[in-house]
Formats: sequence, structure tokens, C-alpha cells
Amino acid sequence: MAVKSVQQSSRATVRAALKRPAVAGGLLVAYILVAVLILNSLDRSNLWFPFYSTLTFPALVLSPFIILAAPVRGWFKGALIVALLFLIIPYLGMRDSSYLELVIQICIFAGLALGLNIVVGFAGLLDLGYIAFFAVGAYTWAMFTSGASTVFNINGWLVSGSAFYLFIFLGIFVAAIVGILLGLPVLRLRGDYLAIVTLGFGEMIRVIANNLDQPINFTNGSQGLFGVGRPPVPFFLRDGVLTVESALGLSITNVDPLSQQLLFYFIAIAIIGIIIVVARRLDNSPIGRAWTAIREDEVAAIAMGVPLVRMKLLAFATGASFAGAIGVIYAAKQTFVSPESFSLIQSISILAMVIVGGMGGIRGTLLGAVIVTMLNLLVLKNLSLQINALRNVDFVIPIINYHIRDWPTQLEPAKYERLIFGLLLIVMMIFRPAGLLPEPRRRMELQEKDEEIVDEEISPEAGDEQPVVSAVRPDAEQA
Amino acid sequence: MLDARRSLGSVSSRSILEWGYRFILFPIGQMLIFIVGAALFLTVLAFLLALAFPEPRPNIVLIDQVNRQLPGMIISGITIGFVYAMIALGYTLVYGVLKFINFAHSEIFMVGSVVGFEVMQRLSDTGHLPAWSPVFLVVVVILMAMLASGLLAVIIERVAYRPLRGAPRLVPLISAIGISFFMIDLVRAVEAITRNDFNLTYPLNQLEWVRSPFKLVIGENTINIRPTQFIVVLGAVVTLIALNYFVNGTKLGRGIRAVSQDMTTAGLMGINVNRMISLTFFVGGAFGGAAGALFGMNVGTVTPFVGFIPGIKAFTAAVLGGIGNVTGALLGGLTLGLVESFLNGLLVYFPALGQRYTDVFAFSVLILILIFRPSGLLGERVDEKV
Repeated sequence: MAVKSVQQSSRATVRAALKRPAVAGGLLVAYILVAVLILNSLDRSNLWFPFYSTLTFPALVLSPFIILAAPVRGWFKGALIVALLFLIIPYLGMRDSSYLELVIQICIFAGLALGLNIVVGFAGLLDLGYIAFFAVGAYTWAMFTSGASTVFNINGWLVSGSAFYLFIFLGIFVAAIVGILLGLPVLRLRGDYLAIVTLGFGEMIRVIANNLDQPINFTNGSQGLFGVGRPPVPFFLRDGVLTVESALGLSITNVDPLSQQLLFYFIAIAIIGIIIVVARRLDNSPIGRAWTAIREDEVAAIAMGVPLVRMKLLAFATGASFAGAIGVIYAAKQTFVSPESFSLIQSISILAMVIVGGMGGIRGTLLGAVIVTMLNLLVLKNLSLQINALRNVDFVIPIINYHIRDWPTQLEPAKYERLIFGLLLIVMMIFRPAGLLPEPRRRMELQEKDEEIVDEEISPEAGDEQPVVSAVRPDAEQA
Repeated sequence: MLDARRSLGSVSSRSILEWGYRFILFPIGQMLIFIVGAALFLTVLAFLLALAFPEPRPNIVLIDQVNRQLPGMIISGITIGFVYAMIALGYTLVYGVLKFINFAHSEIFMVGSVVGFEVMQRLSDTGHLPAWSPVFLVVVVILMAMLASGLLAVIIERVAYRPLRGAPRLVPLISAIGISFFMIDLVRAVEAITRNDFNLTYPLNQLEWVRSPFKLVIGENTINIRPTQFIVVLGAVVTLIALNYFVNGTKLGRGIRAVSQDMTTAGLMGINVNRMISLTFFVGGAFGGAAGALFGMNVGTVTPFVGFIPGIKAFTAAVLGGIGNVTGALLGGLTLGLVESFLNGLLVYFPALGQRYTDVFAFSVLILILIFRPSGLLGERVDEKV
């Protein structure tokens, strides 16, 4: 008995200590440092490298969410995240550019997920063809700069890479217009019909991109547009890479591709930052409240004077414009755009991100984007790499005596992303329809049965950090 | 006493006639009317097109091409139309009962086609395939596919839809999308483990009777009807008649109709609503499976991805006919199949468009119907209740 009470009291002290900013902050720093040190010490030639990096890298990428939820001061959170984004990740990227590549992919998908979140999460319009707007953005940049023999190239009328930043705005504009054009005819439809029709539109855009090499070659058909232009790397970035290299004693062989990747990384971070700010401001504006009203009850929203068609079109256009901007970046980063990059599975993966994280919440959507992208691009891919590596050395699983060599070649985990997305969607819908990090307003709706009155005053403040954290805690402990 | 005797006496003669009319003659007549109507309409359109563009390409006279290809286009249109109709029935039955689009139905169809392949391949592996009589073989393949797909549909409903009943509209739809993607990769994984290959080719080349087409001579044209096309049409007609009898002529069918009209009241009247919903999924799934096996026998090779395009087209067919309406699904499927077959046959002569856009066409039809007549050809307009 005495031992038990001592244990209990010590557990309580630990819990109390964890809530103190100094302790929590120290632990956070230690956590990040340990993750970085492990990642730093991993050796690519090791047989088990894919396995180890699958275990460690997500811990680092998920740390911003832990930082945000931790009981520390706001400035400390900000400083840690800035250090993570602008020091640690670029440093790891210099050591191993595949990490940088992965983070850029996460940023691209996070941008798309935030855009889809506006359509699905804020306005409640299930759009299964969202990837079409991404394609529009990507083709906007690729058509004018690609080395393929399209109309633009034949006349020697190619845009130079420095027009990239202008084209981000052009991509936003064009995608928004396409969003409005696609939205106009279909927005009268009810939820499930809208889903199927947007799916149809998404596929149509893909088929059109696939076939628009005749009679006039715009998109180079199924071969895709290759040699897409890239923005020039500013001299200070390249100099910075060289300085860091000499200061830390790294040996970087590919300075130019690395500084290009770093440039895309910073552009992606900047765009995501802007998208987050815009989405948050929109959510807390009269427009955002109109979207919520439409999502909750269309008929009631009309009765309250919400201009239904205009608001729905605005949601479509805003979501589309985010995808357009991201599409331009994607095209420049990949330097290759083909219709296959814009299939239904991509739309569904973005939908899975929004749903896993929590429809309507910005932080939840980001979390969903990180989780789903890492599952797809890190976990599944590394599993395949690991199986192949083990197959090459003829590894035998000890107890059950299974030869990895016998693993069917077609059963490659990297190609089974549908299984993961499908399972995620089903499991989330059945067990946590509000997502991992539910949007505060939505959580209040779900709790409405328990509480007598829900104070409407809270909802405009929903974007702030404090209420989310404090509200999550008691729930978690009760459960 | 008198009444009883009279009714007893007339059971044998009159009511069998009536039964035959209601459950055999009427549905066949309906199908014939739909086929003839749609085919005539499209033929007229094709000739009008030929009048408007006599020579779309140099040295090709469109009217000759239309004359030559017309029977073939109609036959392949009817074949694919029946497949669409059978898939569309699955969408329509489920929609009628739950007011919910079963997005995973295209994968139920896919599983049917894969099971059909597995049955035939197993028979072929053991060397029994050539010995089986054609009728018996086809019946066994279709029944196995129906059973597998029907059970799968029931399981899907139980696992992924029933827990979500009463949730907001989009929740079961998203779950259905999840099921659809999950099923594709599950079948892929199973085929990867057992066969290490995803292109599943029906072992039809071992069958002598499949290779000899029926020849139909009209005027100077000879039309080849492949036996598989014949099987598709015959199989579809038989199963559709059976479905019509099941829904309109049996007690269980009445239960399904009652649940689709008003779930709560049907429950109060002593109908086991959950069992009726499971039954609906089984029947719809079984039809999807039968369509899958017939489709597989017709095209020869199936993959785990085969469900998507026929699924979306069948959904278009269901919406075209009026979703929730069984007759409408038949009409929609046949119309869409014929239209598609005509487009496939005639768009070749228009180089700027070409056949490449035929899949886009189904989507355009879907969008246009949903915009201008969301209730479909045979459906009635239902306003959203507040």
C-alpha cells in the first residue's frame, strides 16, 4: 500500500512538473535534439536504414504539433518552430537531400489539403475532383516553359524561369476561374451528386490533358511536359550553402541541385504560411461564418439571407486558387508534368488528409497532410526498400523461418497506397468522424447533447491556440 | 362457398396467364421497347449526321459507313447496355432503400469479374474446363460471381455503412469511397500473393464454342455475333426477369419496397428493416457480380481496376433513368450502352474529336442530366424536405 501511494504521488509530481513551462520546454528541446542526433548518425549503407529512418523522421516532422500543444509560452513555441523550419530541416536536407524532398512534398500536399479543407471542411461541399485545379496550375506553368514541342515552344515563345513568381499569381488566377466555371453548373446539386459530378470533372480534366496534343499540341498528351522551367537560384542562397558547408565541414557534392531544392523548400514554406494566414482569416470572417452556415444547413442558411451561390462559388474559387499556386510550384519542382500525376487517387489522398486531421480545422488539416504524406512517401516506400534490401541479402525471419526472397514481387508496399487511404477513410468515418484534431466549433456541435447551452461567443475565437489545447485535455483524460 | 370454388377453379388457367404476363411477358416487352426505341432514335441521328457531314474525311462517305456498321453497333450497344443496366440496378436498389450512393458498387462489380475469372481458371487448371457443357459452365460462373459479390456487399454494408446510419449524408459516402479504394488494393494483394499478376485473362481460348461466331445475314452484310455477346444478353435478360419477379412478386420483395418507401413505418409494421437492407445489398451486389462475370467473359481480360469506368457509367445510367427506379435503370443502361457504341463507331471519322473522348462523354451526359433533369427520364421530382 505504501509503495503504491508513493508511486501515485510521484506520478502526480511528474505530471505537475510536466505542466511547468521550463520543464516542458526543456523536454521539447531534448526531444528535438535527440531526433536530430539519431537522424544525423544514420548511415545510408546500413541494411536497416529504411527501417530506422521510418522510425525517426516522423518524430521530427510531427514535432511542430507537439510544440503547439505543449504548455509553454507562445514566444518559445514560435522560436522552436522557426528554428526547426529554418535551421534544423535545412541542415538535415544538406546532409541527406531525400529528407528535404520529403518535407517539400509534405508542404505541397499540406497546401492542397488546406485548399480542399476550404471546400470540404468550411463549406461542406464534397469535391472529389480537386486535383483538377492542381493540374490547371501545374499546366499553366509547364505549358509556357517546357522543352516539349508544344505550340509555345515551336514558335520559340518560351517564358524564362524568372517569371516563376509572376506565374504563381497567374496560376492562382487561372485556377480560380476554372473553379468558378466548374462550380457554376454543379453547385445547385445536393451533396452526394456534387461529389460524383466533381469526380467526373476531375477525370475530364485529366482526359483532356491526356488528349490535347491534337489537333494543336498544348499539353504533349500522355508523354507529358518535360524540362519545365525552374526559378533561378538567388546568389545568396548558393553562397549560404557554401558558407554552411565550409563552417560545418560537410562535403556537399551537388551544390546547385541542393540550393535549388532549398529554394523550393523556402518558397513552399512561404506559400504554406500565406495559405494558413488566409485560411484562418477567412474562417473567422463573415464569409467563413456563411460557409459554416451552408455546411450545417443549406435551407436554413438561405432563410437567414446567406447568398448561397455566391458563397459556394467563393469557396470553390478560393480552394481552387490555393491548388493553382501549389500546382505552379509542383510543376517547377518536378520539371515534369503528365496527366498521370493528376488521377483520382491523388484527389482521394488529399481528401484523406483533410478527414484524418479533422474537417474544418487548419491545424488538423496540416496534421492530416503530414501523417498521410509520410505514410505514403516515407513509410510505404521505406517498407518496399527494406523488403528489397532484405531480399538482396537473403534475409530469413528467425522464428517462423520465412525467406524474404519468397515475398511476391508484385506485393510491393509502395504501390498499395489505396489500401492505406481506403482504410484511413473507413476507420476515421466509423470511429472519429471529426478527425484527430477536431475543429473546436465542430467539437462543440458534437458535444451539444451533453452541454446545456453552447456559447456562440467562443466560436469566433476558435482560431486561437489556447482554447483548443485546454479543451482537448479534459476530454483525453476522461476517456 | 361459391366464391371459393370459383377462385379455385380459375387459379390454374387465368392466374397463371396473368402471372406469365406480369413477370415474363411484360418485362421482356419493356426491354424490347427500350432497345428498339433507343436503337431507332440513334439510327435516325446517325443518318442525320451522315446527311450533315457527307464526307468527314476525304474518300470516306459517312452514309456507307453507317449502313455497314449499323447492325454491329446496335449489337455491341445492347451487350454493353445490359451490363450497365445490371450494375445500375445495384446503385438504384441501394439508393431506393437508403437514399445513399453506394460508391463501392463498382468494386463489387470488379470482384464479380475477378471471381468469374477465378472459377474458370481453377477449372482450367484442373483440366475440367473443356469438358463442361457451355450452359452449365456459364450458369456456374455467373452464380459463383453473384454469390461472392452479394455476400461481399452484405459484409460491406454491415462493416462500413450500418454503423454510420443516421450520420450526416457525406459520412457514409466518404466511407464508401474508402471501401472502394480498399477493395481495389485488397484484390490486388490477393492476386499478387496467389498469381503475382494483375491481368486476369479468362481462359476462353480453351473453349471451342466461344471461337465460332453466329452468322446473321442481312442483305449483303454478314453480322458476326460472338457467343459471349449472346451469353451477356441472355444472362442479363434471365436475371432481370428474376429480379422483377423477386421485387414485385414475392413477400421479401414487398418488404424491400416497403422499407424503401418509409423505413420507420415499415419497421412499425413488423418488417425487419436491417434484414431488408442486407437483402437489398445482397440482391444489388449479386447483380453487380453477375454483370462483372458477364463483362469479363465479353472483354476477356479483367484487372482489379476494371470497376471504375463501368461503375461511373452505370451510375450515369441509373441517374439517366431516374435513380431509385428499377425500370429506369434498365432504360438508362440500354440507352447509354447504345449511345456509347454509336459514338465509338462513328467518332472515328471525325479526326478532331476521335474516340479518345468517349469516356468524357459519359461524364458530360451525367452532368447535363443532373443539371437539367436531376430526376432522370422516369423519376419523379423530389424536393428536399426541411
